Amino acid sequence: MSALLAAPGIAGGAVADAGPWRRAWLRLRRRRGALLGLSVVLGFVVLAVFAPWIAGQDPIATSWSALRQAPSAAHWFGTDEIGRDVLARVVWGTRASLLAGVVSVSISLMLGVPIGLAAGVVGGIVDGIISRLTDAFLACPFLILAIALAAFLGPSLSNAMIAIGISATPIFVRLTRAAVLDVKVEDYIEAARAVGNPPLRVAWRHILPNIAPPLIVQATLAIAAAVIAEASLSFLGLGQQPPAPSWGSMLNSAKNYVDNAPWMAIWPGLAIFALVLSFNLLGDGLRDALDPRQR
Amino acid sequence: MLEYLVRRLATILPTLILVSMLIFGLQQLLPGDPAKILAGEEQDPTVIAYLHKKLHLDEPLPVRYAYWVGGVLHGDLGDSVRSQQSVRELVKQKLPVTIELALLAMTIALCIGIPAGVVAAVGRGTAWDVAANAFALWGLSTPNFWLGILMILLFSVQLGWLPASGYVSPFDDLRANLAAMIMPAFVLGNAIAAVLMRHTRSAMLQVLSADYIRTARAKGLDERKVVLKHALRNALTPIITLGALELGTLLSGAVLTEQVFTIPGFGKLIVDSVFNRDYSVVQGVVLVTATAYIVLNLLADLATFAANPRLRR
Amino acid sequence: MTFSQRFVRYAFAVVFILLFAPLATQAQTLRVGLAEDPDVLDPTLARSFVGRVVFAGLCDKLFDIDEKLAIVPQLATSYEWSADSKVLTLKLRSGVTFHDGEKFDAAAVKFNIERHKTMPGSNRRGELAPVTTVEVVDASTVKLHLSAPFSPLLAQLADRAGMMVSPKAAQAEGEKFGARPVCSGPFRFVERIAQDRIVLERYPQYWNKDAIHFDKVVYTPIPDATVRLANLRAGQLDFAERVASSDMEKILADKRLKASRITEIGYQGLTINVGKSDKAKQNPLGRDARVREALELSIDRQGLAQVVMDNEATPGNQWVAPGNPYYAKNVPVPRRDIARAKALLEEAGVPHPSFTLVTTTTSDAQRLAVVIQSMARESGFDIKIQSTEFATSLNMADKGDYEAYILAWSGRADPDGNLFSFDACNQPLNYAGYCDAQTDALLTQSRTLREPDDRKKVYEQIAARVLKERPIIYLYHRNWLWAYSAKLGGVRNVPDGLLRLDGLKMAP
Repeated sequence: MSALLAAPGIAGGAVADAGPWRRAWLRLRRRRGALLGLSVVLGFVVLAVFAPWIAGQDPIATSWSALRQAPSAAHWFGTDEIGRDVLARVVWGTRASLLAGVVSVSISLMLGVPIGLAAGVVGGIVDGIISRLTDAFLACPFLILAIALAAFLGPSLSNAMIAIGISATPIFVRLTRAAVLDVKVEDYIEAARAVGNPPLRVAWRHILPNIAPPLIVQATLAIAAAVIAEASLSFLGLGQQPPAPSWGSMLNSAKNYVDNAPWMAIWPGLAIFALVLSFNLLGDGLRDALDPRQR
Repeated sequence: MLEYLVRRLATILPTLILVSMLIFGLQQLLPGDPAKILAGEEQDPTVIAYLHKKLHLDEPLPVRYAYWVGGVLHGDLGDSVRSQQSVRELVKQKLPVTIELALLAMTIALCIGIPAGVVAAVGRGTAWDVAANAFALWGLSTPNFWLGILMILLFSVQLGWLPASGYVSPFDDLRANLAAMIMPAFVLGNAIAAVLMRHTRSAMLQVLSADYIRTARAKGLDERKVVLKHALRNALTPIITLGALELGTLLSGAVLTEQVFTIPGFGKLIVDSVFNRDYSVVQGVVLVTATAYIVLNLLADLATFAANPRLRR
Repeated sequence: MTFSQRFVRYAFAVVFILLFAPLATQAQTLRVGLAEDPDVLDPTLARSFVGRVVFAGLCDKLFDIDEKLAIVPQLATSYEWSADSKVLTLKLRSGVTFHDGEKFDAAAVKFNIERHKTMPGSNRRGELAPVTTVEVVDASTVKLHLSAPFSPLLAQLADRAGMMVSPKAAQAEGEKFGARPVCSGPFRFVERIAQDRIVLERYPQYWNKDAIHFDKVVYTPIPDATVRLANLRAGQLDFAERVASSDMEKILADKRLKASRITEIGYQGLTINVGKSDKAKQNPLGRDARVREALELSIDRQGLAQVVMDNEATPGNQWVAPGNPYYAKNVPVPRRDIARAKALLEEAGVPHPSFTLVTTTTSDAQRLAVVIQSMARESGFDIKIQSTEFATSLNMADKGDYEAYILAWSGRADPDGNLFSFDACNQPLNYAGYCDAQTDALLTQSRTLREPDDRKKVYEQIAARVLKERPIIYLYHRNWLWAYSAKLGGVRNVPDGLLRLDGLKMAP
């Protein structure tokens, strides 16, 4: 999660003219890594949305006669320790992981950006308090915060998402604040204020669109980290509850059978890897595409 | 510079106070009665009542906070109720272990991340860029507890090259110590390598497009020299800064990695203590690591400030 | 190459070898892998199962139990009950010293029993509750006076309540005794690094020193069973306790390893809230015994043992395993009967009862819950699974804030230890809230009778009553699974799951 600190290459004011998003998209298209990432992410989204039709088998149907079977024609990814089809569970598990990633980061954004804006725009004592609080949160190990919050709320996927979202909020607060401070001194902001716009309007219409690029980039990278965080919490038993599948909880059960039934672990592990890697590639690509200073 | 230092130092105290309140609150507000867990299987009511008194569990939250802070200011971080050891003793035992793991992981991260970043920046947009990205990002994309188990199975069980676990102090047996630490350090270092790679890459890209680089190239300097001598040197400052911050995070203990490799460092201690509701241990250890993190943060900020005169506004 | 070049090369090689050569052969060390990190190493305060594994090498007890759960002498050589069963006379072994050199005698026994009873925070108080006074008759004879006959006492004295620590050290260290315990076992304490290792070294003056063939014992907690076994296979451990049932096949196939399977004295069960709180009345499962019977009949215990424990468990329906001498043969393990379960539910007027089953967050517990959920679905049960963290679940059980709860018990040598705290009214472990005056009377009676046959008859009556109400549905008894180096000989399979160190020997 610390990967999100101090993002370099924050966009400057030149994005204010027409067609910046279109130009950014064109730049993104040229980067092969980012395109690969984007297509894999979209692929997973399709898997998640159409899971009931793609999965083929019931992910929670147990079968006493098919315990820990190796991959075969009947079960392409094999079966797990109580006879459930691993492929179906991986496909359905996409929902939990994508949800975990997206919802957690949405929570972080919804909480972190307004707070960061307030700190950056208002400044003074408000900034002081917010900054100290943020520093305090960041000084505690991220996973410990998440574990404590998840334990406090009770083990479940939604609570895990809330826990991860809240634990990641300080990072977005700090990022937003830094971006706002960078942009605040630009001419067009001074102009907007001089014209008499109320501070809230300035923040919403002028500042926010211009700090969007680094936030988008970090949000994308944060989704990657959140998927791993969910897997970690599930590994500790605090995430998705049985019998619903999630890649992290699949790994938690699989770890006892790595020698006997490695397929139980390989497929969810690969799925996490593919999804997270894609988000990372996409995020990196977005950073390049959205930063006009890089040619 | 001095003014900046003083201003920054002034922020440390309020932050530390907030950290103490945060971690205290997070622990004491967890559901479940620690006395019941600590009372073990027998659940003897007299023992539970005794533990309630001993841990001041029946008193209001602010009072308990005051007891704890009072102890901390005297250097007493409390005792682990589970093992009866003093938290200070536990910190003393585990700090060297976590520090060693952190330093080793950082070394590996630097060795992988910086070269990967340079390659990615120089070969930007090409297959080199993608390959370097993928290589470094691999560490960030795989859950480290997972990678750890796979490595144990491969290197310890199948090949027998490295021990599966068991920390040995480097002063007792350096070879065994390194053999035991290399896998967890690699697993941790991989993740950080990705972060370093990204930052090296963008710092290098920024620097490479700067005027003085164009001048060096125009002068006819060998490309490799341009990259390594001029660009990298200037790009290193933000990288070192980030390195210091990552070290701070590492010091907090790579929670799950230590669990898998059974390295007796902070991370494992904290997780177990959260589940056992061993409040003093979590509070004490997090306070220590948070302090270390804040200090490293400060040093990193100072370094950035000192290196970049433009910031001294 | 020149001479100097050659010299440098050799010198470098020598230095290299010296630097990296393994240390000179060490004394014979036994390396044991534990499943958890023990809690405090003070027999009076200790509360975990895994601590007892370490105590087996560190602290001797008045008595011990053998493979058949019979009481055998250790620090006490013989015992005798008075006619009214209210006085237990113990004869003590002579020539025994504590690790600090102090003599073990009747005064030490008196000190220890009183410490167990009076020390603040003592977890042994309940175990020794009926003991009122300890009388020192002479240096090697001691008399325990009881307020009422209490047959489980001997089994208690074969566990932590019978462990003897050095009075001098205990008085000197007080509460901190656990940091540096001084007992009289075959090994004495050297050091402990939390979550890393506990090191013991041979005590040369041990009374049974001929049976001890190791100079050092190192206990290493490795919570992950996969990693623990990996360590054993990689040769870093000589003995690993509680290996995973799914790994047994692999272990048996490995020529370098041996395995032990011992039916535990504990059990795995399903506790149902029948009276702990209002929740009992609000749910058909807690309200109606027929619904509980239907639940029990929906479960295929053999299938459960097979799927959840890879057949490393024995199906059971009582607090002791079917092979135990105190098993009540009048209530045998029922077979799965879906038709009868459905009929019972019809009779009770709830064809599709729904309840929440609480488990802890370990993957083993969750697996068990999922299988039960799946089995019970066939008779119409709709079970929701809720995982809670262990700490939270204790609170919840205590308040009765649950409907059904999966709970295991590690077991005690005397059947009373598996029964009384759970089924007597208002006992601390009676999470089900079961309370029946007649059962209470029978339970008290079973504790006062001395002859095993008399006690067995009472247990049959208790079984008939309690198992009809089903506050706890007992599922199976797991096997203690040990894996160890094939070179390790003398391993005794005692059903309490603790490794005893006397007689252990490593073949060269």
